[in-house]
Amino acid sequence: MALTESKLEPSRASFDQVVESGCGFSRTIHRGQTLRIVDLEGNQAVDTLFFDAHDPTERYSAVDTIREQGNIYLTTGTRLFSSEGNVLLTIVADTCGRHDTLGGACAAESNQVRYSLDKKHMHNCRDTFLLEIATRLERLSKRDIPANINFFMNVPVTPEGGLTFEDGISGSGRYVELLAERDVTLLVSNCPQLNNPCNAYDPTPVRVLVWDPA
Amino acid sequence: MPTETKSAVAPFSETLRGGQMWSRVLRRGEALALTDVEGGASVAALFFNAEQPLERYNMPDTLKAQHIARLTAGNVLYSDMGRVLCSIIADSAGWHDTITGHQRADMARAKYGPGTYQALRNDFHRNTRDNFLVELGKYGLGRRDLHANVNFFVKVASDLEGNLRWVPNSRAGASVELRAELDVLVVLSNTPHPLDPAPTYAPKPVGLGIRRVPAPAPDDAARTSCAENGRGFTLTERYFA
Repeated sequence: MALTESKLEPSRASFDQVVESGCGFSRTIHRGQTLRIVDLEGNQAVDTLFFDAHDPTERYSAVDTIREQGNIYLTTGTRLFSSEGNVLLTIVADTCGRHDTLGGACAAESNQVRYSLDKKHMHNCRDTFLLEIATRLERLSKRDIPANINFFMNVPVTPEGGLTFEDGISGSGRYVELLAERDVTLLVSNCPQLNNPCNAYDPTPVRVLVWDPA
Repeated sequence: MPTETKSAVAPFSETLRGGQMWSRVLRRGEALALTDVEGGASVAALFFNAEQPLERYNMPDTLKAQHIARLTAGNVLYSDMGRVLCSIIADSAGWHDTITGHQRADMARAKYGPGTYQALRNDFHRNTRDNFLVELGKYGLGRRDLHANVNFFVKVASDLEGNLRWVPNSRAGASVELRAELDVLVVLSNTPHPLDPAPTYAPKPVGLGIRRVPAPAPDDAARTSCAENGRGFTLTERYFA
């Protein structure tokens, strides 16, 4: 896996905020701005969605993105396609090397299926998405939540059609950086999952930075 | 390895020609069989809880619960609410895709040319997106309800680096049968998959048959194929308890 570093200086960012695990975050990223998400302590899954800021019925599409690039994993050079075949953002730097977009978000109900019927009341990403939508993105509803990106998460697929959740390949300070190709709404759930190795069983904060065009 | 299931499926009573679309509420306890009549078929499909269509087929939940990146016999289709919409009770194609989406009008035009109704009448080049939108519209659903679909009879495999490859998959006579575990709105579009290398627009006919089948027994293959599915069936049965 090729790693690509960025020359952008955090001291020159126009926005810089830490998002704790179990929390949601949303913000408009304007065309030409660069977004960086930093895995501060390592092995933290960051469930992420993008919507066209002006028409949120056009949104990130995992299946269009992997089909158009002919590869399942996201890394530097990946263009994030919308449900209408437009490029929303391009990944321009990546010091982790591989990000998932097949694993989706954890939810109260899917946690029951995956782990145990008594896991229903554990905090999860779908709840975070729903609360963020209900309180800050009121044009959206559950029907608008598609398969998301899991930055820093490692979900290998085998040639035989198997899929597993593996220990992360990320580490403290690794980051992914994206250039917005149009105005987009970023929606993040910093994953609180405690039942699998996607967060090394210890969810931790991440840092979100935005730079204006030079 | 994909399981080859030899059991007979519902004989088909209706044929979807290439380009055609279809929808129906499949009642709990009914099974829908799709048969690839000539070989090389591809049928794009969406699934909703007919009672509350906000609950619908969820590709990531289906894959991660069963540790799969494709669908075959013994697998189930999960909704986003932890319930089983359908179980695959028979499959002789061995691989059905759900990770590479469907074709829109712009993609079909770029690949096959305009293919207009004016020129071709009812042989015009219908595409999956428009077919889905037409059929969804009949139930008050639309663009926002379009999520990752299933592509029956289609195989797109990856190598260890994640590179995807179209693999010729389905032979004449291959069939797949879905048992509804709750009342499920099924939407089908018999239109070309975007990665199909065929340069001309020539989607193949698909037979559809529906029959009543017994409720899943305690030793049902889909229920017992993994511990996750056992819990998924429990949650589905609680919906009716």
